[in-house]
Amino acid sequence: MSELKLMKGNEALAEAAIRAGVDAYFGYPITPQSEVIEHLMAERPEERTGMIVLQAESEIAAINMVYGAASTGKKVMTSSSSPGISLKLEGISYLAGAELPAVIVNVVRGGPGLGTIQPSQADYFQSVKGGGHGDYKLYVLAPASVQEMSDFVEDAFDIAFKYRAPVLILSDGLIGQMMEKVYLKDQQERISDEEVIKKYGGWAVTGKTDRKRNIITSLDLQSEKMEARVHRLLKKYAQMEKEDLRFEKISCDDAEYLFVAYGSSARIAQKAVELARKKGIKAGLLRPITLFPFPKQQLFELADQVKGILSVELNAGQMVEDVRLSVEHKVAVEHFGRTGGIIHTPEEVLEALEEKIIHNERIGDYKTRESSIL
Amino acid sequence: MNVSEIIKPENQVFCKTKLMTDATLSYCPGCGHGTAHNLTMEVIDEMGIVADTIGVAPVGCSVLAYDFMNIDMTQAAHGRAPAVATAISRLWPNKYVFTYQGDGDLAAIGTAETIHACNRGENIVVIFVNNGIYGMTGGQMAPTTLSGMPTSTSPYGRDVKTMGSPIKMTELVANLPGVYFATRHAVHTHKHARKAKKAIQKAFENTRLKKGVSFVEIVSNCNSGWKMTPLESNQWMVDNMFPYYPLGDIKVDGVLK
Repeated sequence: MSELKLMKGNEALAEAAIRAGVDAYFGYPITPQSEVIEHLMAERPEERTGMIVLQAESEIAAINMVYGAASTGKKVMTSSSSPGISLKLEGISYLAGAELPAVIVNVVRGGPGLGTIQPSQADYFQSVKGGGHGDYKLYVLAPASVQEMSDFVEDAFDIAFKYRAPVLILSDGLIGQMMEKVYLKDQQERISDEEVIKKYGGWAVTGKTDRKRNIITSLDLQSEKMEARVHRLLKKYAQMEKEDLRFEKISCDDAEYLFVAYGSSARIAQKAVELARKKGIKAGLLRPITLFPFPKQQLFELADQVKGILSVELNAGQMVEDVRLSVEHKVAVEHFGRTGGIIHTPEEVLEALEEKIIHNERIGDYKTRESSIL
Repeated sequence: MNVSEIIKPENQVFCKTKLMTDATLSYCPGCGHGTAHNLTMEVIDEMGIVADTIGVAPVGCSVLAYDFMNIDMTQAAHGRAPAVATAISRLWPNKYVFTYQGDGDLAAIGTAETIHACNRGENIVVIFVNNGIYGMTGGQMAPTTLSGMPTSTSPYGRDVKTMGSPIKMTELVANLPGVYFATRHAVHTHKHARKAKKAIQKAFENTRLKKGVSFVEIVSNCNSGWKMTPLESNQWMVDNMFPYYPLGDIKVDGVLK
């Protein structure tokens, strides 16, 4: 049985965390994601499930609390918005290096700097290219609805524990703030301390019994050991690409033109697909649900079918680079997106498709280029 | 009588601390860290709480504390040990959680985490080794470096007019209601080490009684960083560090001295 409610994305995510049996949340207020900790505090999760919720003194403290809790094998998460995530990146790098499971949520706002409190997708690079220092990646889920804000909490923890790695839910101010109906899952019980010790006793620090002591660290002063650690991480990322890629194809079967968009932009692009088809333009949408892993192969294949691709993002052009890398110049790829917290309309998106792709003479160049290579 | 007849349990007068590993200490000969490690491990062993103890290592000379302490440990980012310990203690309220930190870690980059963990009264032990210098990175000025003391980043001596005064963290945190026990010790003589051990034991007892933060400062030497022999550094510590960082209890059982 699931419960139907009308909720903000941020609230749905917080409620899902309680229901998923999350052990702890550590956070710091920042617009537009403060509803997460506000909802958690109002719901008295310590009474409902025993979940610990603590407002930390800083984003830095919050992510290090996450590190501490994750060290002990507990299900722990934090959330923030862009400037706050920048502060957390040191800790996120440590989580990746120390191979700890944790969930981080970024309800993105416009930047750089203090930027704006309005929605944005300008943290794409930060999310999928590492962000913090060192050779690491995050598994990145991009919800496009309030329902997914709720559902992805559990999905994120499944991945985090499958790989012992931090997972990022990359939302934005639009998905976080808007209200939609959402089916909430039933309450799951938190796993007991005994179960934690039994399940994760091989690595988690819970007190040294008769087993070998457990140590959580990201430090390897010997280069060979450090390289081995990095290789271990790379192996996980390769496995994620193989086993846990997620995407959605909308009206792609007969598409001649393709939008690529995630999160709130995907919702807008989906509407643009409808508008295009009404005009007789065969448009489709590829929505990456995971931004890492990225649907490279799917794009590579679609590039043989479509005449051009428009990457629609609420930023100055970030994911478009990965789209271009994926299609290996088989087809024209352009970017369209508003920035600064302005949200593009479906009409603007369709207009951009017509202008930048359909009536773009460069599309011909690609065919020429291809033949010249041949 | 041959040697094998002498080596019997009843003839043993001293042994290596049980909870210390066989790893070679990475500290310079003469450094106080080894003794501070030993004392902490002796207390945990004697209290019989190893199965319920989780340590948090810092960044600095003691970053590899987990190589030497044969217990479960997490290595924290620079200065963040009190935040890491906060979460562990909140999620495992019946465990003994301690941080082991130096002065750069605790009193500079991690000041906010230190103050706020203390202010929340987290049920943790903080072991704070203060040698007035950044040892690991090669002897730079620390927040606790004494006035006039030369370091590699204050080669003409710390000028308090431009570099601030050495910070007394233990006095500072003792003023917070969340701190139940704040005390300052040294480990350069047997007498001092025994006192320090008693304080560490009291700190872990406080955790058992869920009394909040127990903050044990150990004023120590850094013969390498201070560019002295171990003996000279200990004498220098007595002559210069102790007058500014006086040994003794600052707050006991929640009451300021």
